[in-house]
Amino acid sequence: MTVAEANTVSVDSPPRAGAPLVEVRDLVKYFGPVVALAGVSMDVRAGEVHCLLGDNGAGKSTLIKVLAGVHSPTSGDMLVEGKVVVFSSPREALDMGIATLHQDLSMIPLLSITRNFFMGREPVKGGLGPFAFMDMTLANRIAREEMRQIGIDVRDPQQAVGTLSGGERQCVAIARAVHFGAKVLILDEPTSALGVAQTSMVLKFIRQVRSKGLGVIFITHNVRHAYAVGDRFTILNRGKTLGTFGKAEIKLDALQTMMAGDKELQELSGELGGTV
Amino acid sequence: MPRAPAAETAAIVVVARDERLQHQSALRRLLSGPELGAFAGVVLVFVYFGITAHGTGMFAADGVLNWTTVSAQLMIIAVGAALLMIGGEFDLSVGSMIGFAGMMIALPTVVFHVPVTLSVLFAFAGALAIGFLNGLIVVRTGLPSFIVTLASLYILRGLTIALSIMFTNRTIVGGVKVAAEGTFVGFLFSGTIGDPLFTWLADHNWIGRLADGAPSVRGVPMIIVWALVIAVLSHVVLAKTRAGNWIYASGGDANAARNAGVPVGAVKISLFMLTAFCAAVFAACEVFEFGSAASDRGLLKEFEAIIAAVIGGCLLTGGYGSVVGACLGALIFGVVEMGILFTGVPNDWFRVFLGSMLLIAVLFNNLIRMQVVRGR
Repeated sequence: MTVAEANTVSVDSPPRAGAPLVEVRDLVKYFGPVVALAGVSMDVRAGEVHCLLGDNGAGKSTLIKVLAGVHSPTSGDMLVEGKVVVFSSPREALDMGIATLHQDLSMIPLLSITRNFFMGREPVKGGLGPFAFMDMTLANRIAREEMRQIGIDVRDPQQAVGTLSGGERQCVAIARAVHFGAKVLILDEPTSALGVAQTSMVLKFIRQVRSKGLGVIFITHNVRHAYAVGDRFTILNRGKTLGTFGKAEIKLDALQTMMAGDKELQELSGELGGTV
Repeated sequence: MPRAPAAETAAIVVVARDERLQHQSALRRLLSGPELGAFAGVVLVFVYFGITAHGTGMFAADGVLNWTTVSAQLMIIAVGAALLMIGGEFDLSVGSMIGFAGMMIALPTVVFHVPVTLSVLFAFAGALAIGFLNGLIVVRTGLPSFIVTLASLYILRGLTIALSIMFTNRTIVGGVKVAAEGTFVGFLFSGTIGDPLFTWLADHNWIGRLADGAPSVRGVPMIIVWALVIAVLSHVVLAKTRAGNWIYASGGDANAARNAGVPVGAVKISLFMLTAFCAAVFAACEVFEFGSAASDRGLLKEFEAIIAAVIGGCLLTGGYGSVVGACLGALIFGVVEMGILFTGVPNDWFRVFLGSMLLIAVLFNNLIRMQVVRGR
């Protein structure tokens, strides 16, 4: 990884809630002849939820994969806390405090909550390398405490993660990232497979995480979910941003309209009573 | 990096939660773990043979030694197979490895007059290297271990036969016993320990005597010691260490584990080396017991190891299972195999029983898994 000092470009907009933790400028990504990102700029600050909205194919996935270190951009800069960075692996992004949570790829259903929570970062009490003894008492205690903070009542942190609901699993994954020092959370459609109660649980937890001073990038195509927790909204369409708006600057309807983009879909949405 | 304030508040929570946790005794934990089926199976076979084999000598000292030795033998390779299966892979080359490792001990010793200790070291090094290679191929190519180790199964078995024919013109290479006379490795793999205890037991008529007056059991064979040592160490590693967590994670979901920073490749390669090591221990015990290596040794043992692991509650898909379960699976195996001999049931029924047992175990495990993932 090469970390170079950023050339002294002044931040254009006044800081809303601190300096940007992560910023991308004019990000362009080609996959062969396909233009996935055609110059995207956005940033996320400490203590804010920045929602990334867009329909399928808008470039949301590509953008977060660049942020997470999976893809490197064709051109454009990425800055972490003001410094230009180039990630060559997801691990490097993680080490810089950028944790990406994919919908189903972070929890193992058959393993206990504790084992999942500390997977790869087991607390040990002495011992040699891999054969160091896990401090299960400590691990269980931390896991139980973290669960309690989320609001999940676990009788036994050694029960399998599979016994938790989808929303609870998302929350555990978020709590794990926070516990291990993430500064920026990238949540990829964390609510798309969840029911109403589960969704509100996850949204509530995202707010809780924000209040701890983390920056959250929340990817979704559900405007209602976004509006419930978002501070700023960036709408992607065909690899470009249609703009970034503060919550005070845009209404839910306007956001919906802008995201739907297509006129026919707006009409359809109207016919369906605004339920899309 | 646990944070101090979290730990402080946690202490209070622990007190509040503990009274609800107290109900879960050690027995309950065992009964809700992967070993449940195997535990029930052990009780069942002991009750069955306790009744039907009553008075046949199955539960006299030498009878007990008989089925514990058979169980211990299988336990050695079943534990390796179980850990590998929990880690998400199979090793079908275990049986062939037993034959091959035996040849790697016997051929240098008998044909090239290499000191037997060196031959044993050579065999273990060779087995570990082959295990490493199996693992490396699986990890690097992402091919199913089933197919990679199936190839090893044939290659190793073929090599075992070909090399023994090439060097000795026969398929059984004898004469190891003479070479191993009085050596430490000879004792390490075929000696007995605790002999004075058994003499004392015989003196007090607790156990029977042979016709020549020796106690019916001379001591605890080293193979049982090996089985216990391997089982205990493996259990501790799997249940208590971070390596154990990595094994569960690698088998549960290799991708998620990798994302969380678990060295999945290294874990899997090490597990392949472990199964190879276990096969080599099995082989060494047999070679020093019989004083010979034979090219058909260990035939079909890979399946017996897998069956014992599955009866013990390991899921074929990985990420779930226990060493204790695999040991109980091996015990069921040994008791039934010998019990059938003692009760005089035709030996063919053993396989019928095994197949049925396997099927029941798999169905049962499937149920358990659904309960683990779904049930509250």
